[in-house]
Amino acid sequence: MSHHSKLEKFEDNWQTSMGGWFAGEKVVLRGKNIFTQLNDKSWMEYLLYAVTGRESAKISRLLEGMWVICTSFPDPRIWNNRVSALAGTARSSGALAAAASVAVTEATIYGLKPIKGATDFFYRLGDCLEKGQSLEAVVRSELKQHRSVFGYGRPLINEDERIAPMIDFAKSIGCGDGRYIKLAYEVEDWFIQSRLKYRMNIAAVCAALLADEGLTPSDFYHMATLAFTAGAMPCFIDAESQPEGALFPLRVSRINFVGSQQTREWRS
Amino acid sequence: MSPTISETISTKIWGEVAEPDNPFAAASCRCSGFDVYGDLLNNASYIDYLYLIFKLDPPNKKQSKILEGLAIALANLGPRDHAVRAAMNAGVGGSTHASALIAAISVGAGNLGGAREVFYGVQYWQACGTEIEKWRDLIANPPQQARLDVWLPMEHTPGFDPNGVNCPKPVIQTLEYLADIDTADHLKWLRDNRTILESKAGYPLAFSGLASAAFYELELQPEQAEMLFMLMRLPGAAAHALEQEKSGWRKYPFFSKGFKVTE
Repeated sequence: MSHHSKLEKFEDNWQTSMGGWFAGEKVVLRGKNIFTQLNDKSWMEYLLYAVTGRESAKISRLLEGMWVICTSFPDPRIWNNRVSALAGTARSSGALAAAASVAVTEATIYGLKPIKGATDFFYRLGDCLEKGQSLEAVVRSELKQHRSVFGYGRPLINEDERIAPMIDFAKSIGCGDGRYIKLAYEVEDWFIQSRLKYRMNIAAVCAALLADEGLTPSDFYHMATLAFTAGAMPCFIDAESQPEGALFPLRVSRINFVGSQQTREWRS
Repeated sequence: MSPTISETISTKIWGEVAEPDNPFAAASCRCSGFDVYGDLLNNASYIDYLYLIFKLDPPNKKQSKILEGLAIALANLGPRDHAVRAAMNAGVGGSTHASALIAAISVGAGNLGGAREVFYGVQYWQACGTEIEKWRDLIANPPQQARLDVWLPMEHTPGFDPNGVNCPKPVIQTLEYLADIDTADHLKWLRDNRTILESKAGYPLAFSGLASAAFYELELQPEQAEMLFMLMRLPGAAAHALEQEKSGWRKYPFFSKGFKVTE
């Protein structure tokens, strides 16, 4: 073990090239002055630059299309949205609702884990294919190790209605013909002919489209973190505008106690 | 009007009987068979009830004492703790009180001194128990993430402080206290082997490592330990946030001179 704390050199010393606020003068992001060099960007272009350091109107537009088409269904039954709706019906605040929904969106069966995981999968698949492995071998290995492949299969229903409009949009701005999106469909073809019959879901499509634009799994993860809020916020507003407590109230008989039926007494 | 109900919430934890005049209010609530408001309220301690909610059985005296000791040790890790600092940042800006707790949970959830570290720490205990050779092997060859996760990979052995010098006295004091509890065998083993483990990990034992051992001693699963480690540290975060809210941002460090933007 060391004899001095490694933290001493960082005390009151944070050096960063990411940027900061120069009080009363300017604000800098990744070396650029926000007021003079980034002031005409769209918010999505600004976010892309903040997250990745890249300036691309095309990628920003693609991401914007994904946010609109794929991520923000204003349905309070969807679990992350339901949290915002519950916040509304329980008369909490809109920001607390959004914060909770964003956190809950980091889910396994939908949301951010599949988004990051699917991007990671396509990059690993691409590498394995370059090394001579077959697509089937890679997918089977993934299934054996993890029992799932991010981006394939979907809770509640199998077919994903978002894919066609998303692909149409991507093609309309010159995306959708890259190596990874083709791989995504090849993996789906394999699943369909397998006994699993999984269909591709939108996470695979978005991950592949963005991998074709060079975004890393972390890039996509950070870009998508806030994407679901446009679905959560209307659910909060809707619940907030209706009688308090009215969202899907649960009567006592909706609790199905499946534990021991024995009545127990606490020993003092 | 009672609709035909097809969707229910199934639970082993909680059962209710409705009030005769209101199907949306409970007349009686049972936690794992115990009458919460007719029995536990009068007879159980808070710590025992906390244990019951997670484990569905009452704790024995040893378990109760371990959980209580741990709860005191973790209730306030002080204003230098990352999670408490997060809560205070909500406080000084006049943010909602809920946001202070959200901040404390979010920051206190991670791999460095946080609940995810405890999750992994309990997994280490499950894999190694009190076999020093297994600990040596696992520390030397930690599990690797097979595919990317939203959690970053661990950058140090779970339960040990990568920025530490020697094991801080409060950690040792807590470990000594918990290890002295009758039949707390894993905690005793940790006390007796702490320095060996520290030399293998390269870092001193941290509260997260001590908590991992205690949760393992209580036979809690990693995810149960992760949850409890988050909620047991909230009292200090809440109180410090409220104190700084009253005190205001002018009296709170802004690190005005410690921040440098490089090109």
